[in-house]
Amino acid sequence: MTDIATYNFAYLDEQTKRMIRRAILKGIAIPGYQVPFASREMPMPYGWGTGGVQVTASIIGPDDVLKVIDQGADDTTNAVSIRAFFKKVANVAVTTETAKATIIQTRHRIPEHPLSAGQVLVYQVPIPEPLRFLEPRETETRKMHALEEYGLMHVKLYEDIARHGRIATTYAYPVKVEGRYVMDPSPTPKFDNPKMHRSPALQLFGAGREKRIYAVPPFTEVVSLDFEDHPFEVQTFDQPCALCAAENVYLDEVILDDHGGHMFVCSDTDHCEKRREEGHRGHLAPETPLALEKTEPAQ
Amino acid sequence: MEIATQSIEGGFADPVFNAQTVFRAVMDAMARPGSVQSLPAFARPPAPLSATAGAVALALCDNDTPLWLDPALQISAAVKSWLGFHTGAPLANTPADAHFALIATPAKMMSLDGFSQGTQDYPDRSTTLILQVSDLVSGAPLLLEGPGIEMTATIAPAQMPRHFVEQWKQNNQRFPRGVDMILVTPDGVTCLPRTTRIKTMEA
Repeated sequence: MTDIATYNFAYLDEQTKRMIRRAILKGIAIPGYQVPFASREMPMPYGWGTGGVQVTASIIGPDDVLKVIDQGADDTTNAVSIRAFFKKVANVAVTTETAKATIIQTRHRIPEHPLSAGQVLVYQVPIPEPLRFLEPRETETRKMHALEEYGLMHVKLYEDIARHGRIATTYAYPVKVEGRYVMDPSPTPKFDNPKMHRSPALQLFGAGREKRIYAVPPFTEVVSLDFEDHPFEVQTFDQPCALCAAENVYLDEVILDDHGGHMFVCSDTDHCEKRREEGHRGHLAPETPLALEKTEPAQ
Repeated sequence: MEIATQSIEGGFADPVFNAQTVFRAVMDAMARPGSVQSLPAFARPPAPLSATAGAVALALCDNDTPLWLDPALQISAAVKSWLGFHTGAPLANTPADAHFALIATPAKMMSLDGFSQGTQDYPDRSTTLILQVSDLVSGAPLLLEGPGIEMTATIAPAQMPRHFVEQWKQNNQRFPRGVDMILVTPDGVTCLPRTTRIKTMEA
């Protein structure tokens, strides 16, 4: 315990936590509305998930089990650093298994394993305002949200169709929450949008640099914007995961050599490992089975 | 006991972890309206402020949040000095200035539209009402639906404000403006965010 005594539990001071907690409650009460908050500097640069880290730090308690993913993976730099950060400043148990986690902080993916009631999904959001690239002035976008004036977004999607013959937006695909606010689901692939709709888990979004927090409560309508003649569709893949043979999951392309060799593997590493443990094998799976330590208890 | 002593005692024994436990209970209740989250009595405020309502105030209020007290609490110097000492929250001159309102006798409270409703641009700038109720089973049953509720939920809070269902309907119609409610019983908490609709049962 001596190494965490220098900081308050979970790094933030209590007044900051109260301020963030109040913003979270307002966010839950007004689904999809971006609540301004006094974002703090964190011991990591903006763009590394300071918004998500502040939200997690404000809700986490000693009994929580934390999972952190970056593009679906538990073992990338961002995920490993944030997990280590909370192990150090909050001394909580961490895991890579989706089902065992109570708080999952994510950068740009929703786990393939269905979330359950009682879990909290915390998103790291770079640009919370879905209308920002269409209208750079905050005063204007705020008015547009106030007046529920979202025609511009539909024009943008229409221009996609006029130019490409289909809606070409593949990530940060705008959604309408509970029939009122248009929301940026953070740059998750549109593949994950249907998972947000009536999810049993609470979803919290933190944007540190832009100083906004927003939320989607459980069992809330989250509808991707589309047109009657161009309905919303998710990405499909014409081959299964090369390691675990999973279908209907989101795949990453991995370059294998400089002769054009490549493979498609699950972006959700936990899901892929679990399937391989269960004996599913893709055409490029190694012979030796994996042996990984998945959960580390609090010290 | 002297007011001076009374105002200093009865705060969180373990401020960091007690505040986190209370907040998580309120957050879960706000995310799942109609569900009752258990709330340990971490605080011991002077009467008529209840232990659980006091704990919610300690977890959420500080010098950034003007606080409005209903007349039953307003007349108690002990309550005011206890809240002042432990939270540092200034008292709001009018309910429309308050970020939080503590209400000890909901049955006699003023109408919901007297509190800050937020603005269309900033609907988050509204008052959050903390109501002390004796229980959630002996009042008129309310059938709830809306975000956070899978199908429907039912609570029957006692001593609710007059014409509550009608007032709440008006509160819904102001969306995204409107007030949110935290109902605290002696051992639990449940919430009614502005999105929750009360279904009136057809005869």
